[in-house]
Amino acid sequence: MFSLFEIAFYAVALCIIVFSVLAVTTSSILRSATYLLFVLLGTGGIYAILGYTFLSAVQLMVYAGGIIVLYVFSILLTRSSGTMKYKIRRGKMISVLLTTLVGMALVMFILATNGFALNIIPQGVELPVEKIGNALIGTEKYQFVLPFEVMSVLLLACMIGAIMIARKRN
Amino acid sequence: MFDYYNLEPVLMWIHSTMCGLMPEWLAFTIEGIAVGIFIMVMYAVLAIILIYMERKVCAAFQCRIGPDRVGGRGGLLQVPADVIKILTKEIISLKNSDKFLYALAPFLVIMASILTFSCLPWNKGGEILHMNIGIFFVLAASSIGVLGILLAGWSSNSKYTLIGAVRSGAMIISYELSIGLSVLTMVILCGTMDIQEIVAYQENGWNIFKGHLPALMAFVIYLIAGNAEANRAPFDLAEAEQELTAGYHTEYSGMHFGFFYLAEYLNLFITAGIAVTLFLGGWMPLHIAGLEGFNTIMDYIPGVIWFVGKTFFVVFLLMWIRWTFPRLRIDQVLILEWKYLMPLSLLVLVIMTVMKVFGLVF
Repeated sequence: MFSLFEIAFYAVALCIIVFSVLAVTTSSILRSATYLLFVLLGTGGIYAILGYTFLSAVQLMVYAGGIIVLYVFSILLTRSSGTMKYKIRRGKMISVLLTTLVGMALVMFILATNGFALNIIPQGVELPVEKIGNALIGTEKYQFVLPFEVMSVLLLACMIGAIMIARKRN
Repeated sequence: MFDYYNLEPVLMWIHSTMCGLMPEWLAFTIEGIAVGIFIMVMYAVLAIILIYMERKVCAAFQCRIGPDRVGGRGGLLQVPADVIKILTKEIISLKNSDKFLYALAPFLVIMASILTFSCLPWNKGGEILHMNIGIFFVLAASSIGVLGILLAGWSSNSKYTLIGAVRSGAMIISYELSIGLSVLTMVILCGTMDIQEIVAYQENGWNIFKGHLPALMAFVIYLIAGNAEANRAPFDLAEAEQELTAGYHTEYSGMHFGFFYLAEYLNLFITAGIAVTLFLGGWMPLHIAGLEGFNTIMDYIPGVIWFVGKTFFVVFLLMWIRWTFPRLRIDQVLILEWKYLMPLSLLVLVIMTVMKVFGLVF
């Protein structure tokens, strides 16, 4: 008999699989973005099931509320034909299938040799925010202040670059 | 001290009784369905009350009487009659539009609204979704709504809706920054993101008194940005009637339009509810230091009445703003946010942090 957690997990996982396949097979670019939204919502759902609600909310905020909105915005603002019906040559098709199979085999191999991380994470317990905060800006072992600061410098550089490109010349 | 009306023992008792009668998964399923129905019913009832209130407040500001024909002198049945009318209307489907996205858009808007709605703290132990990052989840979930607006505007395949959607998207994304920063200010003051703990922190004084100057500034910023998030005047240029017919929901009819309408009013209520939670003490009663008798009487009023009462007060403030100020242009809206409101909220954030560190807040 399945537990409630397992049922929720399988339902969300099924959603993720179906929508990720739909996201790459649909012919309309905006529909594709919408299916991607559902995939990201599902990922957020899995984090919530694991009890990592902080990451789940970050997933909602950054991906669903930020990146997908930017995608949709740029699709709306640029003139796109709306449909993406391409003829795919057979050679390309075969190479795509091969790459997919190799990738799947690699993932399966890693899973088979290392096993699931099921017992490492305590189930149904929320990770306290203080722990995450200390890990993000602490300087000791397993604390990540340097990557955090490097990331913010990178983002700042991106923003300055975007403004340089977009500003009017006079 | 406030334990007369704590809902948690009652709810735990219901849960344990149900677990005694049936297997746990069935109990969880039935409770989930019951909570879902409760949310839907509250959603509909609150929308009816808010629409009636909006009509009466609007009428008062314009020196009119407002609805007074249907259902007695007060026009109390006017809104229920409108609800029945909108339920019987035909849902039009458009040619040359993306049917799937067109049908999906209102549901995205209403989903974001319901997710945030279920985080409101109604009473002690009376919060539907309770997590230790509650207020962050509210911000995250509310950011999905803009996607529904963008999709609605695009999939209707009309220029009015597209312009409305892009305007609304640009505005909501910008004002999310101010909302986030002012919420962060209060998170710094309380030292927690858990909604129930934020309310519990205000047991001996509401945040707006405890945090005095920066809290007051954050409150004003929150109200301005919250008004913009809910797409209401003076920020209603997404659906400016004179230029865009009805903005992003021009092509929607029947209950599909009804969903947008419902979500707009409930977002107003949610904005007010979060403002009450962060600044005005949530379900905590009003206490005045020194007046013991007064405080005891205030304690006897249930928390849910305090919460709903304060929320309707903030809703009234927002309606007051709506019917007083003229609509802004899109460039004015964006200049207000990026050049004034966001730098100001960053400043407030810094002031609050400094005051908290040096113990200058109560």
